[in-house]
Amino acid sequence: MDYALMMLAAATAGLLVALLITLVRAIAGPSLYDRVLAVNSFGTKIVLLIAAMGFLAGRPDFLDIALLYALVNFIGTLAVLKFFRYRNLGGASSGERKAETQR
Amino acid sequence: MTVLAAILAGVFLAVGAIFVLIGSFGLWRLPDFYTRLHAAGITDTLGLSLMLVGMMFLGGWTLVTVKLVFILLLILLTSPTATHAVANAAYTVGLRPFGVPPEDLPEKER
Repeated sequence: MDYALMMLAAATAGLLVALLITLVRAIAGPSLYDRVLAVNSFGTKIVLLIAAMGFLAGRPDFLDIALLYALVNFIGTLAVLKFFRYRNLGGASSGERKAETQR
Repeated sequence: MTVLAAILAGVFLAVGAIFVLIGSFGLWRLPDFYTRLHAAGITDTLGLSLMLVGMMFLGGWTLVTVKLVFILLLILLTSPTATHAVANAAYTVGLRPFGVPPEDLPEKER
């Protein structure tokens, strides 16, 4: 048990380092899409971090929050992409415009 | 928890953390958006799956494992969708792969 929790703590430390590296790419990314990709990857690692911290704290109920975070991360990525392609988030008719005119 | 489950949990967590680190390092160091897309995929598939399976060994046969399976299935469904959306948006706007000669791109893109 102690061995597994020690490995979990080591994996959490590795996750924190990975989050730092991903944050560097999210800040320095040359294009918008690099940043969106980095933020999406950041959200995936945050899901892992919430689950691991829940196990470390002895309260695995945090997994509900991790599940919700995964859902919000996906919807948020798609919403950001839709906004930057069409400059509009609502209305079904906004999807029919050509993206080439919005460059 | 048996000793075998603890050992398996430790091994899966360590290997998963290594894959997450490899994916993040690739996201930082690779030269191009499309190659970074490839590196981010490692985190979402191998790293996340292995770490969640390690946590399933920690949780045992309880509701915790059911929630972990739900997280795993959800991310295995949504991560390729989000990645395809990002790549499609970048290609539509005009970002082209680094180092590909123009004759290898599709005909209308030359």
